[in-house]
Amino acid sequence: MSSTVGVRISVNGEVREHEVEPRLLLVHYLRDRLGLTGTHVGCDTTNCGACTVHLNGEAVKSCTVFAVQADGAEVTTIEGMADGAELHPLQEAFWKNHGLQCGYCTPGMIMAAADLLQRNPDPSESEVRHGLEGNLCRCTGYQNIVRAVMEAAHSPQRTTVGPPPPEKPEAREEVGKGVGA
Amino acid sequence: MIPPEFEYTAPESVDEALQALTQGGEDAKLLAGGHSLIPLMKMRLAAPSLLVDMRKLSDLRGIERANGGFRIGALTTHAQVSQASELGVAAHAAGKIADQQVRNRGTIGGSLAHGDSASDMPAVLLAAEGSVVARGPNGEREIAATEFFQDFFETALADDEMITEVRLPAMDGWKFAYEKFTRRAEDWAMVGVCAMVRGDFEDVRVAFTNMGGTPIRASAVEEALRGQGRGAIEQAAQAAAEGTDPPGDLNATADYKRHLARVLTRRALEKAAAA
Ligand SMILES: Cc1cc2nc3c(=O)[nH]c(=O)nc-3n(C[C@H](O)[C@H](O)[C@H](O)COP(=O)(O)OP(=O)(O)OC[C@H]3O[C@@H](n4cnc5c(N)ncnc54)[C@H](O)[C@@H]3O)c2cc1C
Ligand code: FES
Ligand code: FES
Repeated sequence: MSSTVGVRISVNGEVREHEVEPRLLLVHYLRDRLGLTGTHVGCDTTNCGACTVHLNGEAVKSCTVFAVQADGAEVTTIEGMADGAELHPLQEAFWKNHGLQCGYCTPGMIMAAADLLQRNPDPSESEVRHGLEGNLCRCTGYQNIVRAVMEAAHSPQRTTVGPPPPEKPEAREEVGKGVGA
Repeated sequence: MIPPEFEYTAPESVDEALQALTQGGEDAKLLAGGHSLIPLMKMRLAAPSLLVDMRKLSDLRGIERANGGFRIGALTTHAQVSQASELGVAAHAAGKIADQQVRNRGTIGGSLAHGDSASDMPAVLLAAEGSVVARGPNGEREIAATEFFQDFFETALADDEMITEVRLPAMDGWKFAYEKFTRRAEDWAMVGVCAMVRGDFEDVRVAFTNMGGTPIRASAVEEALRGQGRGAIEQAAQAAAEGTDPPGDLNATADYKRHLARVLTRRALEKAAAA
């Protein structure tokens, strides 16, 4: 076995420390080591988006990230979206609009939608459809998913859409900061 | 799918990373966004013995305007490039790569170093006549796009070199479009066309994605249009596939790709002219 590496990752606001094999994928770390099974594996080939979580505030497909790459970072999973018993506006909107049938794609859809609404708080329907092109749903035909995201965008709790901003996004600097500056 | 085992290091500086890469020998590899390398490792098409993760090299992130052009750090993500509209066609094309999640991870340096001619940024770099800056044990060199891409997944980079920066001239006064035809949303291009027009067709550039082992300039189209006008696009686009020998694949035969090249060249030029 290759040598293990220590990682320190803040997951849903709680700092977790583990020794991991470098080849351990983030999705397996979340599901198997932390028991956060809300994040799903659909395709394992970066296509379906079921494994989408936020890494330093941005949606990523966790089947294509090594856990070691998240060392020092903030990760938010679907389990981190609700505030206690109060659903996140996106969760609420998916529920109200029948944005899910089997539910397999839903955690990833919601995490991708949260990234979308962070970037574009007032999207058109077409922007929602394009914004979610990295997420596949085999049940709903997308209609109600789009409806749910549109509703969440215009919900009165709109300001709380999106997970908490990362505390210190290590090594992630703004565009325009300048190369080698 | 579980990738094969490897050793891992995440150095704090470019010099340390280059040292680790050299010491790691020929099976050591750099890891940027991992969105080409990790899928290959999962399929066991790549089995590096050591991964040198670039994630702490924060000097390599960001975009700066310098000497009439732009310097883009190698680790700048597709998402960041797509938001920097001052980059013109590069921003426009970066926004058409895969999906938001992939754009949040994939980097411009990784995309060019990977040397996949189905990727979108190589054709953009070629059309914009940009270059990459590479650093290795023997120092730094600048490699023009025309020299950089050599064949399928083959570039001018040596095993122990790292792209640190991508240089793009500021294309002030140029209008542009990038047309990409995919089988499914989020896919690689079956064919992609980068078109750029200066002023009233005083100068024209056209480059292809996925029409051969490297990105290709469509010189015949460029010549037929230079100094002409919009009215000449239809005719000129007919020459688009001339001299190309695209490999057929699962999604498209060579003939179909040539057809797409003609159609997309016309569309891209029309859009650029109207921009
Ligand atoms: C589902 C999916 C769809 C995609 N669709 C598209 C698409 O439509 N268009 C497109 O253009 N791309 C597409 N990609 C590829 C994506 O853009 C990759 O992120 C990109 O090609 C590689 O960048 P990376 O930073 O992830 O590199 P990595 O995967 O980390 O590295 C790729 C290779 O380059 C080397 N390398 C990385 N950085 C450097 C450097 N600075 N210097 C020297 N060598 C380096 C690595 O050693 C490795 O060999 C897709 C990927 C996926 C998973
Ligand atoms: S499981 Fe990661 S994208 Fe499908
Ligand atoms: S609800 Fe079943 S896959 Fe989307």
